[in-house]
This record gives sequence, C-alpha cells and structure tokens, in this order.
Amino acid sequence: MEKPSTPGLVAKGAVLLGVTLLVIYPFVGVLGTSLSDEVQIARSGGFVLLPTDPTFDAYRAIFDGGTVTRALLISVLVTAAGTLASVCATIGMAYGLSRREVTGSRIILMVALFTMLFNPGIIANFLLVKELGLLNTFGALVLPSLVSAFNLVVLRSFFMGLPGELLESARMDGAGDLRILVRIVLPLSKAVLAVVSLFYAVAYWNAFFNALLYLDDTEKWPLPLILRSFVLQGRTLESIASSEAPAPVQAIQMAVLVVAIVPILLVYPFLQRYFTKGVLTGAIKG
Amino acid sequence: MTISPPRTAPVVAPAVPEKKARPPLHRRIWRDRVMLMLALPGLLYFLVFHYAPLFGYVVAFQDYQPYLGYLNSPWVGLQNFATVFSDSRFWDSIVNTLQITVTQLVLFFPAPIALALLLHSVMSEKIRRFVQSVVYLPHFIGWVIIVSIFQQILGGAGVLPDLLAGVGLPRWDMMTDPDTFPLLVTLQLLWKDAGWGTIIFLAALLSINQELYEAAAMDGAGRWRRLWHVTLPGITPIVILLLILNLGSILSVGFEQILLQRDAVGAEAGEVLDTFIYHYGVRDGQWGAAAAVGLFKAVVGAALVLGANKVAHLLGHEGVYRGAAK
Repeated sequence: MEKPSTPGLVAKGAVLLGVTLLVIYPFVGVLGTSLSDEVQIARSGGFVLLPTDPTFDAYRAIFDGGTVTRALLISVLVTAAGTLASVCATIGMAYGLSRREVTGSRIILMVALFTMLFNPGIIANFLLVKELGLLNTFGALVLPSLVSAFNLVVLRSFFMGLPGELLESARMDGAGDLRILVRIVLPLSKAVLAVVSLFYAVAYWNAFFNALLYLDDTEKWPLPLILRSFVLQGRTLESIASSEAPAPVQAIQMAVLVVAIVPILLVYPFLQRYFTKGVLTGAIKG
Repeated sequence: MTISPPRTAPVVAPAVPEKKARPPLHRRIWRDRVMLMLALPGLLYFLVFHYAPLFGYVVAFQDYQPYLGYLNSPWVGLQNFATVFSDSRFWDSIVNTLQITVTQLVLFFPAPIALALLLHSVMSEKIRRFVQSVVYLPHFIGWVIIVSIFQQILGGAGVLPDLLAGVGLPRWDMMTDPDTFPLLVTLQLLWKDAGWGTIIFLAALLSINQELYEAAAMDGAGRWRRLWHVTLPGITPIVILLLILNLGSILSVGFEQILLQRDAVGAEAGEVLDTFIYHYGVRDGQWGAAAAVGLFKAVVGAALVLGANKVAHLLGHEGVYRGAAK
C-alpha cells in the first residue's frame, strides 16, 4: 500500500488529538477546581485547570463524617455486596447453560436473552418492588438488576470456548459438575471474570435511579443521589452548612465529583486492557 | 436464538433414525440436576424481575389505588387510555422524545463509525491503543457526574458563558435553554459514548478480508475507492443491525440523563415519554394512566423492532434474531 500523504497525516493527528483533549479536559478541570480556593475559582471563571496553590480544604470538608462520608460508605457497601451477588448468580447461570445437552438449557437461555428486547417499564417495576416489600431497603438497589443478560452471554461464550477434552477428562476421573466448575472452569476464567465483575461494580457504583425510585429515606442515599441534590440541584449539605464554610462551595462540589470518579479511574486500566485487545467483541457477536 | 421457524421446514422425517430413544424428562432433569440448580437463581431473577412485572400492566385497565392493590382496585376498561390520549402533556412528551431521537440519529449515530474508520486507519499500534483507552473511558462515568461536569462548563457561571462574555456576546446558558435541549443531550451522549460505540465497528473492520484490499489495490483502486468499495460494504451489515435496534428504541431516550435535566430546562422541552411516565405515575400517583402510557410505549416499541427486522430481511440482510443466532 502507498504511504499516506503528509497533509492527510496531519489532519488525522489533529482530529485524534482534539478528540483526546475533549475527553481529558473536563477531568482535569474538575480535579483542579476541587483543589482551589475562592480567589482562584473566581479568577478562572469557575473551572481551574491548574491550581497554583493547591489546598485540600474541600476534601477535609466532605470527609468530616457528614452526609458525603455516609453516602460514600453506602455506595461502597452496595457496590461490593451487589457485585458479589451478581457475579455468583451470573457464573451459576452461565455455567449451567454452557452445555447444550443439559435439559431445558435452550429454553432457559431464550428466557434470559429475550429480556434484552423489552423492558417492563418504571411503573411495573415499582409496583413489583413494592409488592415484594423491598421499598426502602438496600435489596431494592441490587435485586432488580441482579443479572445482566449481556454479561451472561459474555461469560457463557467463554465457558463454552474452554477446551472440551479438559472437562471430559475431569469427568472421566469422576469429578462432578460442581467440582469441574470450581477446580477447572473458574481458575481458567480469571480474566473474563475480572471484566464481568468490574462491569457490575461500575454499574452499581453509578446507579442512581433505583435509589431515587425505591428509597424515600434520604439517610440511605448512595453517593450519586447526594451528587444530584448537592451539585445539580444546588441544595446545601447539612453537615457543611452547619459549620463555617471551610472551602468554597464550588470546590466542595468538585471534590465530591472527584470522589465519585476516582474509583472508576482506578479500575479502568484493568478493564480497558481487555477492550483494546478485543477480548469482548467475539462474545458480543456470538 | 431463533424466533421464527426456518423457512424450509423438512417435510420428510430425517433419514437417519436416532440411535436410542431419549430418556424420559424427569430422568434427564435428575441427570442434569447440578447444572440446573446452578442456573436456577439466575432464571428466577429473570422470571421475577423481567416477566412477572408484565402482569403489573393490568393496572393500565384499573383505577389503581395502592391501598386496595391489584385485586380490589376497580376496573375501568380503556378509560385510562382515553385520559392519556386527550392529555396534551402526553403528546408533547412524544414530540420531545422524537425530536431528541432524530437529533441523535443524525448527529450521534455516524460519529462512532467515523471515529472507528479513523482509528482503523492509524498505522501506529501505540497511538491507536492510547486513543482507544482515552475515548472508552467516559462510557464508565455515570450520568450524574457527566451532567454535573457539563453544568460546570456550559452552565450559568461556567466556562462557555464566560468565554462568550469575554468576546462581547451575551452569556448563553445552554443547560437551561429549552430550544437547544435536544442538541445538549446529544452532545453529552457524544462525549460519553462516541468512543465506546467504536468497539463494534472496529471489530467489523478487523473481520474484513485483507485479500479484498490487496485485490482492489492491484486493480488500481486508490485509498478512497477502497474505502468506498471494500470497507463500507464490509461494515454495512452491522450498521443495518444497529439501525434496527435503534429504531426499536426510538421512544426511549436516555432516561436517567434527561430526568436529571428536565427541571432545569422545564417540562415543556425536557419531558420525554419515560420521564412523563415517572412523574405522572410515581410522583402524581396516577398509576393506572401512567401504566397505560407504559403499555402504549412497550407495544409500539415491540412493533417497531419487529417491523424494522422485517424490512431488513426484505432488503436481504440478517435481522436481529438471525444475526444473534450465529
């Protein structure tokens, strides 16, 4: 193939650079603003890219044991418990359906996949959760989204792709289905299990609508709902309003944003390794 | 997953008889009990949280009162539908939904395709990987965070109004401007998912047979002709598939995203079908009427998916079901 022309290369590079900067710019601004004082925020129009004199006052204000600290704790616990429950249920279902000869596996798979095409809707879901007595419980944040059909497909395709001879020889040695799962299948699936777990964790961490719909008690609200009322709706946080404002509101708002973003940034490098290698795309297609 | 029966159903019995009769059902269930038990929690989840709620739609035909429940609430026939169809807020929310969908179809849908083509053409593996890592990231950021960030940049005291004021233009607060709301939500969607959307197209691009490119180059096809005659036909099936899926969901536009901003721009421009159902039902307690809207939306959505699928078959492409069956 011929070499691309120089103007073409420059144009391509400029577009890619522009796209990359557009993605990174808001993150830098949020972090910078959270570390700034009143004067600096006023000087740079509310969005500081590079704080000259960084201060952690805003972070001290939100980690003083008030609303944000509690919401953060709730978010961490719900994410941990939800991810564990979701991953276990998904492993069981994916493995149970991973052999075609299992009675009824086709029908069960159809039941699960068909849900990708329709959504019961808000009213029906709300009435169900209410009938089950889950309103105002943390179960309402986990159970309605326990298994994702997408993750199920990803995991099942991976299990089906494991070398059949290996499983067959284990069976010859007298290992039962459960033993094969624990001793052979799971150890071979660490990478894909990590991806699926992280998918679930990110979803639980970001979820806000289930909490809004099912939790009246604001004491039980997870971090995204606090973000919504404090940053978007401009409400004040009791704990911070009561003390003398230790940092500018804008810096505190951005600090809460940083706290919500950092866990995702921490797990992201593990996730993206698999995307760029295209590990998931095979499963998506199949 | 095949929904429709195969076109050419075998008329004669299979020539080779089965070697042995299958054991009876209860034997087979007993034989597979461990596997079935493992799948059971997941199955129960889907039945309880995806199928059982469908029965909740009976309230669309009731004057549902929470303290009376499904069983004792009075039946009102199609009264709820009549109420809803004569409510201008319902029609406004449909118009708003369609405006946003069309804006997204025109401005968002092509973006991941263009970005994927661009990324695919980058020779340096390192640069490509780096850009991919960056542009996939916003997909994992929740809507609350994204809307907060946009508020900081485009909102009243944000960066853009300051810039505008700096060059002598009026301060324009896009976050509260009803006229540009479809554009605003599309911009947010572009920031969040334009990068993530490239994954599926990049996979399609990788699966194009390299020999086709070599053959085309031998025949003297230049860069652009190869793009037109090899690359684009290579990704057409997946584009059609995604268009079909989009068509089936034209009545659902980013519910969480819009719910977060509806109050800032006002219900007149910011109310879409899903937020209307939420406010009407959960907030105002009009359960029956809101369920009627939900049922309307579900039925129209299903009809759209099936219809679009049919059109794709007629055009000679694999539809959703046969595509997924492979």
